[in-house]
Amino acid sequence: MLGYYINLALRSLRQNGVLTVLMVTAIGVGIGASMTTLSIFRAMSSNPIRDKSSRLFTPQIDNYGPGGEGAVTEPTSDHLPMELTYTDSVALMRAHRARHQVAMYATVVAVTPPDPRQLPIQVPTRATYADFFTMFDVPFEYGAPWSALDDDGAAPVIVLARDLNDRLFGGANSVGRTLRLNDQEYRITGVIEDWNPMPRFYDLYSGKFGGPEEIFMPFTRAVAQRLPSAGMTQCLKNPGTGPDVLLHSECVWTQLWVELPNDAAVRAYRSYLAGYVAEQRRVGRFGWPARSALRDVSQWLGYNRIVSSEVSVLLLVSLAFLLVCLLNAVGLMLAKFMARAPHVCTRRALGADRRAVFGQCLVEAGVVGILGGLVGVGLMMLGLHVAAGLFSGAAVALTRPDGGDVAIALALSVGATLLAAMYPTWRASHVQPAWHLKVQ
Amino acid sequence: MELRPVIAAMRRNRVGALLIAMQIAVTLAVLCNAVYIVQQRLSWTARPSGVDEADVFVISNQLIGSQRDLGSRIQTDLAALRAVPGIRDSYASNQQPLDNGEDEFGITLDPDHPAATRFTTVYYGDQRALATLGLTLSAGRNFNASEIGDCGDLPSGSLGGALVTRELAKQLDASGNVLGRVATLVPISLHVPIVGVIDRLEAPNVDLFGGSSIVEQSIILSCRFVNSRVDYIVHAMPGRLAETMRVAPLALAAVSRDRVILSVRSLHESRREIYRSDRTIALMLTLVCIIIVAVAVFGIVGLTSYWVSQRRRQIGIRRALGATRPAIVRYFQTENFLIAAVGVVIGAVLAVGGNLWMVERFAMTRLPFAYPLLGIVAMLSFGQLAVLWPALRAASVPPAVAARGV
Repeated sequence: MLGYYINLALRSLRQNGVLTVLMVTAIGVGIGASMTTLSIFRAMSSNPIRDKSSRLFTPQIDNYGPGGEGAVTEPTSDHLPMELTYTDSVALMRAHRARHQVAMYATVVAVTPPDPRQLPIQVPTRATYADFFTMFDVPFEYGAPWSALDDDGAAPVIVLARDLNDRLFGGANSVGRTLRLNDQEYRITGVIEDWNPMPRFYDLYSGKFGGPEEIFMPFTRAVAQRLPSAGMTQCLKNPGTGPDVLLHSECVWTQLWVELPNDAAVRAYRSYLAGYVAEQRRVGRFGWPARSALRDVSQWLGYNRIVSSEVSVLLLVSLAFLLVCLLNAVGLMLAKFMARAPHVCTRRALGADRRAVFGQCLVEAGVVGILGGLVGVGLMMLGLHVAAGLFSGAAVALTRPDGGDVAIALALSVGATLLAAMYPTWRASHVQPAWHLKVQ
Repeated sequence: MELRPVIAAMRRNRVGALLIAMQIAVTLAVLCNAVYIVQQRLSWTARPSGVDEADVFVISNQLIGSQRDLGSRIQTDLAALRAVPGIRDSYASNQQPLDNGEDEFGITLDPDHPAATRFTTVYYGDQRALATLGLTLSAGRNFNASEIGDCGDLPSGSLGGALVTRELAKQLDASGNVLGRVATLVPISLHVPIVGVIDRLEAPNVDLFGGSSIVEQSIILSCRFVNSRVDYIVHAMPGRLAETMRVAPLALAAVSRDRVILSVRSLHESRREIYRSDRTIALMLTLVCIIIVAVAVFGIVGLTSYWVSQRRRQIGIRRALGATRPAIVRYFQTENFLIAAVGVVIGAVLAVGGNLWMVERFAMTRLPFAYPLLGIVAMLSFGQLAVLWPALRAASVPPAVAARGV
């Protein structure tokens, strides 16, 4: 029966070519436009580390106090500083209250390529702990992270990103070789595969969607070398000048992430954090009832409102657009089905019941939906291609459509078309057979 | 034109009419808001930076190797740049206009009243800064050589002088009377007398501040910037930008290779880059507008054509009873006008409501009244345009149709 209905549907669609093309185009354009923005939206707001999102947490500490409200440039709901002071990061690292904990900050180093013909280059670098790679499930192409001993000893060791390894060593296994950073030799312990979470949830303020960090080195080493922060540094008071000033100041410039395996651990860590803050107040560092907060990855992304309002507006416009296209499709389908009322009457007179007519019209609508969906997927590819060229370089990676996008587009198209077809179909199945037969 | 028969016919075709009205309503709402956003974005991207953009480029440098005599290394670099034929002037700064910089501070003439604190963006520059950037001095004077000091990362204490933009002067003192007064930068508590007022100089973070006037509240501190990460701002002689942009890095490499040249970019390129997302949004919304209007128009064409074909007999009867062709065309035009009128009224409400919601949610500005009004006129005209072809087809129905059939 379904085969017969599909056959009938195709026949009927061919019969009234202009209306069919209008309908398919309307649905296709609506789906294409809304899906283009929806996939940009999805990519920008997606959780970059879905599997562990609810187990990774970042603490915040109110070291600014009541005076901090104007100092936090990104206005958030609770006016807490977005980062930690060096003092707090080191204290929380030492306390070792979570299964894994890593302090980190963004820096840059000048790299002298091993090939003397190449000029020195500047490379975005993350200073962190060996646990970084375990905690964030970073895949390795060669070698492994440095050891905890290297962390303790501020050893000159690094992990490279594959891209940099390709540029400097032609993609060869460079583990064990050395590289000159800021005129010092560093031993390479590993090369990671392509890994660039978007958005870079662990440090949203060193270029939200920016280029990847290509060198990783021990936090302790970077601090020992006084490598400057290349991320956001916020101070409430002038910290003064000198190489050590950031280490002892109340300026925030480091990030800390902890892995907590279950709710009990989260509760325990929260109370530890509150206790730590209270202790700092007791020793006179804070003259106010200092607050603290602990957020997991998705809460952190939401708190920082990383989806730009532009994309939200665009999404909204596209949904309105889809609505117009569907209203349009309802109208056209109504026209189409009612124009076929005589056909329907003949079928009814020959014994088809209302359900059969209803089913047949829905199949026809479904075929229109699939065709519209295919047009929509084509337009979405085109739209994403255009968007990739227009949005700034780094966002290109965001806008590669995946199987999920295509599936959503097709499902949305068929679903929306069937929904739009409900009323016209109902009307068609309720025409009075006798009425039209008389006219003929 | 008698309205009654039109309305009576519409009553019998309520759903179709409602569908068209709703399409028109949503289209109008989207159109108003989208055009408003586009217009706003384009006007942002057209704001002048205050700099002579055609002739200025920036070399971003990271000096490596020994960091002990950075000050003299930078001065040697600058001298080498000025010796390049075709380069008029150059100086060292912490940041450049039309690029994402960071040095933002509070500023006030009255440190005892925190409420008087305004927001500012700090540029460092010596007495060559004005000429190199091509800025216009509207009051006061340029820095003296004696006022220039060396600045590392964050200066504190006091400095020789500052140039503020007219907008910042207005913010600091409603009468704009700031010359000779001492400004305090917070939180670094730096005290500096204001020696001059410049017409205009945009902060680097034009996109961060969107349409806000904070973007025009810049200050230039009388500083020779001494830092391993330094921007050389270079002014080429007219027409010699491309040539000097090619030669200048070579001149620097000849001075010393202990450096990473991060980029050599003209302000034109910086402008293109920083406004890229604004242009993208504007372009996408424009496309959406065009397509949404097209879809609505085709929808009207399709549905009206269907009505025409449904009513062929009635039209034939009217024609046989003496109605002229223009009368038939007018009938369909009136019908469309009535439907569209309902649509645009709902649409105008939706447009304003949508805008208010965005004001609340995304810090948008209020939609000027002209937008819904122009939108109404536009949608009514599009409706009339869309209905023309089906109406003409209806008018061509011969009166003989009335005699046929049944």
